Amino acid sequence: MPETGEVIKNTILAEKVNCYQVYAPAIAAKRMAGQFVIVRLDEEGERIPLTIADADTAAGTITLVVQEVGKSTARMARFKVGQKFTDVVGPLGTATHIEKRGTVVVVGGGIGIAPAHPIAQALRRAGNRVISILGARSKDLVIMEAEMQKASDEVLICTDDGSYGVHGLVTDVLKGIIDKQGKPDQVFAIGPVVMMKFVSMLTKEFSIPTVVSLNPIMVDGTGMCGGCRVTIGGKTKFGCVDGPEFDGHLVDFDELVQRQAFYREQEQESLASFQHHCERHKV
Amino acid sequence: MSGQLDQQEMARLQGIKNKERMKIPRQDMPEQPAAERRKNFIEVPHGYAEMTAVIEANRCIQCKKPACRAGCPVGIDIPAFIARVAAGDFEGGIRKMKETNMLPAICGRVCPQEEQCEKVCILAKTKQPVAIGRLERFVADWEREQGKVEIPAVGPPSGKSVGVVGSGPAGLTVAIDLRRAGHEVVIYEALHAPGGVLIYGIPEFRLPKRIVHSEVEVVRRMGVEIRYNQVIGKIETVADLLGRHDAVFLGTGAGLPWFMGLPGENLGGVYSANEYLTRSNLMRAYDFPRVDTPIAKSRKVAVIGGGNVAMDSARTAVRLGAEEVYLVYRRSEVEMPGRNEEIEHAKEEGVIMKILHNPIRYLGDEKGRVRQMECIRMELGEPDASGRRRPIPVAGSEFILEVDTVVVAIGNGPNPLVPQTTEGLAVDARRGTIKTNLNTMRTSKLGVFAGGDIAIGAATVILAMGHGRQAARSINHYLETGKWEIEFLPGQEPTEETR
Repeated sequence: MPETGEVIKNTILAEKVNCYQVYAPAIAAKRMAGQFVIVRLDEEGERIPLTIADADTAAGTITLVVQEVGKSTARMARFKVGQKFTDVVGPLGTATHIEKRGTVVVVGGGIGIAPAHPIAQALRRAGNRVISILGARSKDLVIMEAEMQKASDEVLICTDDGSYGVHGLVTDVLKGIIDKQGKPDQVFAIGPVVMMKFVSMLTKEFSIPTVVSLNPIMVDGTGMCGGCRVTIGGKTKFGCVDGPEFDGHLVDFDELVQRQAFYREQEQESLASFQHHCERHKV
Repeated sequence: MSGQLDQQEMARLQGIKNKERMKIPRQDMPEQPAAERRKNFIEVPHGYAEMTAVIEANRCIQCKKPACRAGCPVGIDIPAFIARVAAGDFEGGIRKMKETNMLPAICGRVCPQEEQCEKVCILAKTKQPVAIGRLERFVADWEREQGKVEIPAVGPPSGKSVGVVGSGPAGLTVAIDLRRAGHEVVIYEALHAPGGVLIYGIPEFRLPKRIVHSEVEVVRRMGVEIRYNQVIGKIETVADLLGRHDAVFLGTGAGLPWFMGLPGENLGGVYSANEYLTRSNLMRAYDFPRVDTPIAKSRKVAVIGGGNVAMDSARTAVRLGAEEVYLVYRRSEVEMPGRNEEIEHAKEEGVIMKILHNPIRYLGDEKGRVRQMECIRMELGEPDASGRRRPIPVAGSEFILEVDTVVVAIGNGPNPLVPQTTEGLAVDARRGTIKTNLNTMRTSKLGVFAGGDIAIGAATVILAMGHGRQAARSINHYLETGKWEIEFLPGQEPTEETR
């Protein structure tokens, strides 16, 4: 029997994008779309919040799709099958509010496609017609296309460089849907903050209810530290317990971008010293 | 030869009259010089040497009706443990101590003795009180350093099981007492380490982590199971716990930081004290980048508040290398809720006290990082509901203070995760606390008990331990009798005197 936190599978989905299956049967059984876990790699590790992309209750695993952006995620990518993340906590945050609306567009940008997947599945189960838009910088970064096909009635793909699907942004594709098929009844957007901001601006124009999933910096994930403060409609909310999903039309995205960048210099310093260490020791 | 016992002197001290005893000056506890400790996270006071402890213990005149004992929230038999120390019987001292307090190394460091046992010490009327806290710490440290830590006896298996939510001071205390009674105990801890506020909140230089770990180790060796990373209210509910335990104790603490709602409060570099301290203590961010968790590199830090948490934050900022650390408090120093000892330590370490000041707003740069704080001067008016003189802003006294980090340490509310997810648990709507009978520690939900900050709002470590002790008595009574609807525990009904 594996232990909770054990890496059951670690596959590379795209350059610097890994898909982990982690043994965490209690979380797998309990989690709902939209929720996240906090992972701590080892005794030196920080507490990393990661949205749960999927779960297999029979195997007792949860799926996490993670992009290498700093030292922690680079260290994570080096975990091999059988190694164990010291701590996995969850499921945290409130679950996605799923109801039958009619036609719902699910926008997934980059690795945001992964957490968009269970939401698309749940929306469809609730009787919605689901159109998914997958956006990425280039073709090889479009992940989970087959899974999204299965979970959606229609899938539209776009890339920044035009190497796959429509040459353009997810907002262009969404605008196309609105023009051709009429206003969808709801939009979900998960991906980079800038993408969620522009999707929300577009849908606000058309008064389409829009849910976004935020990923502010946090420590404990239980409402204790308040590091994940976000401004929603002029009021301060805690991303970890009040979110991570919020009304996209009310989110102060600019503040979120700035708060996320607060440790950028230290993160770069930390990553650089890690890479230097790896090169010197050929690991 | 401070570490050695002077047998002759000890014999002499044992024989002296009380009048002479009272002439012995209160013994100082050596500590790291301020200039040195500003640069490290090592504990500030070193603790008594053996002979110093004996001398201090000999100051106690062994009152017939000791007020100190009544002044202790857990009722430690203070004269009895001190008598043993006075005779050089340290092992006897710690055994006596542990009859009532299983966590003396912690209490000896963080209890506000000057407000409790030492405040009512008979010597305090004319001289300085016996240093009860320092002696408590001494016997606990002595036991640990001698490797003589005894694991308390566990009662015969009762066949009953109790779930304890939270491994802070309340949870640890209730777990120990229930285990002594023979019940099976499982602690559910949300974080990856045990101790609650003792580990995430109180800094290393005031309460070393190894002390907390060694006290928790005793709990574990008594057979208490501690499950980490269990956020009750998320992975499981209280109802789930009641499905496999005969009773549940909630000691989830004051894990919800308050902010002031000021403009600019969400700028980068504005922290809650909880976050600032958690990063530095639990996550050891002072060791970044060797560890992965970062914390702001600050030049000028303003800590808002006047309590112990504010002092801890300011002193942490000093140690993290800030050039200037201000403590901004809206009343005067007399009203500060922090312990005198902590306030003095902060001052010695160079923290600049900006009393009778209040922040109005924070101003940031183009990157959204805090750069300035607008303050207003305050003056004291008539006493308010708390009995302290109400601070009133002085019109036109606004000014700008340059800062690059702000730590808001104005207090915490109860963490709402458990109250929100537990059906049938009455909550005080205004304060967010779980409604708890403070004699029986029972909540409105059958089989569910509560104590510590979740029951009364932010309080002290020792008060939480007192709640844990009382809750354990009440849980024992409930598990034995099955009776739930009681107002007072048998033998604790209010008398004419106490009513």
